[in-house]
Amino acid sequence: MIRLEQVSKHFGTMVAVDRIDMEVPTGAVCVLLGPSGCGKTTTMKMINRLIPPTSGKIFLDGKDTTGVDEVSLRRSIGYVIQQIGLFPNMTVEDNICVVPDLLGWPRAKSRKRASQLLDMVNLDPSVFLKRYPKQLSGGQQQRVGVVRALAADPPVLLMDEPFGAIDPINREVIQDEFMKLQAELKKTIVFVSHDIDEAVKMATRIAIFRDGKLIQYDTPDNILAHPVDAFVSEFVGSDRTLKRLRLIKVTDAMMSDPPRVKAEDTLETAVRLMDEHGHVSVVMVGPRGRARGVVRHEVARDLKGLVGEHQEPLPGIVNIKDDLRSAVSQMFTHGVTWLACVDDDGFYKGYITQKSITQVLGTTYRDR
Amino acid sequence: METIAFIMANLPVIGQRMLEHVSLVGVSVGVAILTGVPIGILITQSRAWADRVLYVASVIITIPSIALFGILIPVLSLIGQGIGYLPAVIALILYAQLPIIRNTYTAIMNVDPALREAARGMGMTTLERLRRVELPLALPVIINGVRSAVVLNIAIGAIATYIGAGGLGTFISRGISQTDIRQLLTGALSVSLLAIIADYALLGAQRLMTSPGLRLR
Repeated sequence: MIRLEQVSKHFGTMVAVDRIDMEVPTGAVCVLLGPSGCGKTTTMKMINRLIPPTSGKIFLDGKDTTGVDEVSLRRSIGYVIQQIGLFPNMTVEDNICVVPDLLGWPRAKSRKRASQLLDMVNLDPSVFLKRYPKQLSGGQQQRVGVVRALAADPPVLLMDEPFGAIDPINREVIQDEFMKLQAELKKTIVFVSHDIDEAVKMATRIAIFRDGKLIQYDTPDNILAHPVDAFVSEFVGSDRTLKRLRLIKVTDAMMSDPPRVKAEDTLETAVRLMDEHGHVSVVMVGPRGRARGVVRHEVARDLKGLVGEHQEPLPGIVNIKDDLRSAVSQMFTHGVTWLACVDDDGFYKGYITQKSITQVLGTTYRDR
Repeated sequence: METIAFIMANLPVIGQRMLEHVSLVGVSVGVAILTGVPIGILITQSRAWADRVLYVASVIITIPSIALFGILIPVLSLIGQGIGYLPAVIALILYAQLPIIRNTYTAIMNVDPALREAARGMGMTTLERLRRVELPLALPVIINGVRSAVVLNIAIGAIATYIGAGGLGTFISRGISQTDIRQLLTGALSVSLLAIIADYALLGAQRLMTSPGLRLR
């Protein structure tokens, strides 16, 4: 856990950071967000005392960092910068082992650790350990930069716009990889960004800064749904409700336990089921419950026969683990107002409609 | 033809002069590295001091060598060493300062600030940063400074014969005073040869000492 108490930084007469109070819970990713010059980077650098605070206190796991020697403090905190900063004179292996070497780990232990870490970010150790930074692509370099910060297994990680210099396609990939890694490692992370989309994607909590002040500190969904003032709402963008789509999973907006028919059922059964639920169509599932097709009311009501003979292909399906953004995108792509929701094995779990999405998004607005 | 005959007849003497010359240059540049590199590192801490030190070193290098030897005679006479090996080495140490200090200073200043920040943020002390990051990165440029100093001192060392320090310059000075073209050419050729060999040897050393990661493009 990281706690900042009334932390300020003055450069001459300029107040860069003004009495910040905040607490980052253990295992959380806290994204410091704001326009340039807002004090977010200064705040982060005060945590490992690259910039000494003018006043105020910073606690790591309840321990006041003012009393800790700054070199050993920094060795216990992982640090990743935007420019990556791999040392070009060292191999990838030696770069990863910088902090373990400073801490005096036995060589065998640190080298083994380097190899494991490379594996974790999908870089083959037998290929990459002995390479030099200049032989790597930008994306590979930043992966090494991230695992270098993890080498001595620090509980806390500081990241200064770590994915800012990477092209958009690779950035998405590395962000996803990093989130997977974090789900496993559960580090306490302070992450500086100026990209609201990145923040919404990565953060458990977002801190919005302006002119050295902490304006709002909340969960991404609350920041998007309830910006405290005009500055925050402008900063998060006029499409903030659309951004919230990323934060909500299909399961949360899905109607579960839906009516269903099988191929051998009669159309009469299907029509009755639809009438009962007031639906205009019903999903046909296979023998074990996988979503297979759909029967429409307007087709079924005038015909006789079995469902299997009159079913049509499903207009669209979505995985229950996807976020609402992909669901909405599917709806627009196929021009439909509902989607069948399936799990990883294709079993029919429920359906999601434009109306149910609107309701989920709207709940938080009505609450207040 | 006559010159070749002279060289063949005097090989042992040429060898001895060559050794004297190498000793003058080797000792002076060796000492200059021990003083110049630390000075070059120190002045990276203060722009004002860097300007002053580099200014003084630049002034020293513009003093004509004969004049510098001349200045040292009365000073070192106080300890009975007015002429000979010691004043020659001291003068050469002074001349070697500029290339070595300047290259060290420039190389360290040119280290990417992001690398310095990464090193600091990972918990390196100033000395660890210097040893693990800044010096390895600066090394090729520092060795280039040493190469300049060596070539410069091989040339200036040829003049040290006038204050009795020996070396290959002896052939040149005698060649002039005795209007003996053979000795003159012998001196000139051997000084040039020594400079070329030393330059290539240091270039090889620079390649060997530079991290393979820095040689990549």
